[in-house]
Amino acid sequence: MEISIQHSDIYALAFHHRFQWEEAQQSYVILFPEGMVKLHGGAGEVIKRVDGKASVGDIVADLKTNFPDAVGIEADIIGMFEMAYGKAWIRKV
Amino acid sequence: MTQTSLGESVVQKELHAQAQNNGVAANLTQTQPLWLLAEVTYRCPLHCAFCYNPTDYDKHTQNELTTEQWIQALRDARKMGAIQLGISGGEPLLRDDIEDIVIEARKLGYYSNLITSGVGLTEKRIQAFKEGGLDHIQLSMHDITEEINNFITNTKTFELKKKVAAMIKNHGYPMVLNVVIHRYNIGHMKEILEMAEALGADYIELANTQYYGWSLVNRSQLMPLKEQIDEAERITNEFREKVGSKMKIFFVVPDYFGDRPKKCMNGWGEVFMIVTANGDVLPCHSARVLPNMAFPNVREKGLEYAWKESPAFNKYRGTAWMKGPCVTCPEKMNDLGGCRCQAFLLTGDAESADPVCSLSPHHHLIEKAIEDSKNPVIANQPIIFRTDKNSKKYAAGDKERIEEFHALP
Repeated sequence: MEISIQHSDIYALAFHHRFQWEEAQQSYVILFPEGMVKLHGGAGEVIKRVDGKASVGDIVADLKTNFPDAVGIEADIIGMFEMAYGKAWIRKV
Repeated sequence: MTQTSLGESVVQKELHAQAQNNGVAANLTQTQPLWLLAEVTYRCPLHCAFCYNPTDYDKHTQNELTTEQWIQALRDARKMGAIQLGISGGEPLLRDDIEDIVIEARKLGYYSNLITSGVGLTEKRIQAFKEGGLDHIQLSMHDITEEINNFITNTKTFELKKKVAAMIKNHGYPMVLNVVIHRYNIGHMKEILEMAEALGADYIELANTQYYGWSLVNRSQLMPLKEQIDEAERITNEFREKVGSKMKIFFVVPDYFGDRPKKCMNGWGEVFMIVTANGDVLPCHSARVLPNMAFPNVREKGLEYAWKESPAFNKYRGTAWMKGPCVTCPEKMNDLGGCRCQAFLLTGDAESADPVCSLSPHHHLIEKAIEDSKNPVIANQPIIFRTDKNSKKYAAGDKERIEEFHALP
């Protein structure tokens, strides 16, 4: 699914998906029927902020504040949104 | 019992993409049993000819684990990293404590899935599951025609399945359908997909029959032609284009017709742990067919021992057990030599290459099976349904039809 992610867009986790921290794996995961994905490092930080209220722009700003040393972080965040939407882990609200 | 987690199924692909260090001994890499499959009972009101439950399941219908033992198993597995829980069988709804199991699963943070034929699902029970926190229900469907549904399951359950599907949808559950594909329904692929769409399916798995347990007994009768599979896949792809992302469709290619063996269970003792009705702990559904193996039981030393230390779980982990042609094969990390059970059932040697592999010296057995399925005399043998009576025969050692698959060429 091709989509152009806009800063004003708001996303939520897809229906029937659950996001949680997994202690045994030391990572965030998304769980859904028949499968799961492990979200390494920054990917988990992005999805953690997807709550159906914060816009993409809000999330970018928040992550920039929290990770001031990360270079080129915005492109990575947008890339993560593209992937998550493409895989239907998140939905547009 | 459906075939969701056999072979290259959806979860395996996802896990495959995510899991690390596949193929290396767990004691070196600390693999975790991400998926716990609880086969809570082998009792079942259906008599499906393709069921992969053991043919001698009847032995294990009298010594089922108690509710407390299941809850303890859930807790122990969760501590070891298990996160996806499948509650399966047999028909799990024949137990009256699924509600308790569901509540505990939610409390522990599992993503839980009830794998059911729908027989025994009532408004009252589904309400309790919803309140208890069950995440989804996977319903097995058999065909769009009453005739084939009732024939292949040896029951009259067609109307009931439709009612249950509506019930699942009404309770806000994702509609996850599993259809086992065989010669009797493969010609209805388009109609099956249309039925799924009409039922509002979010996911549908078209699981081509794989040949273990009862389906191996009935292999010649169930196996479709290669052309039928190609056509079914073509129709599936076309339908997928049409419906887009609203319905996820998974077409599980049967390994007899693939060119490479499947990385069975995503590797022996890598991510899957199965606890059976009587408490046996297995790395795959049919592992008990393997000779000279003592599988651990939760009643004895518990799950952590079973996963990490038991000789059975370590036996086929990684590649150390391999011999030729696998041991020198450049593909060995991709498929880990295929399926141990299939290797044993078809060649009599559990450590040989899966005969599905074109490099296996036993590959002609697969070609022969495909040929046999085209032979009207063999293919029209009566189907042996999964019934307690037939199972008792197998349990008592009446292995007439099984032996022929064990026999070395």
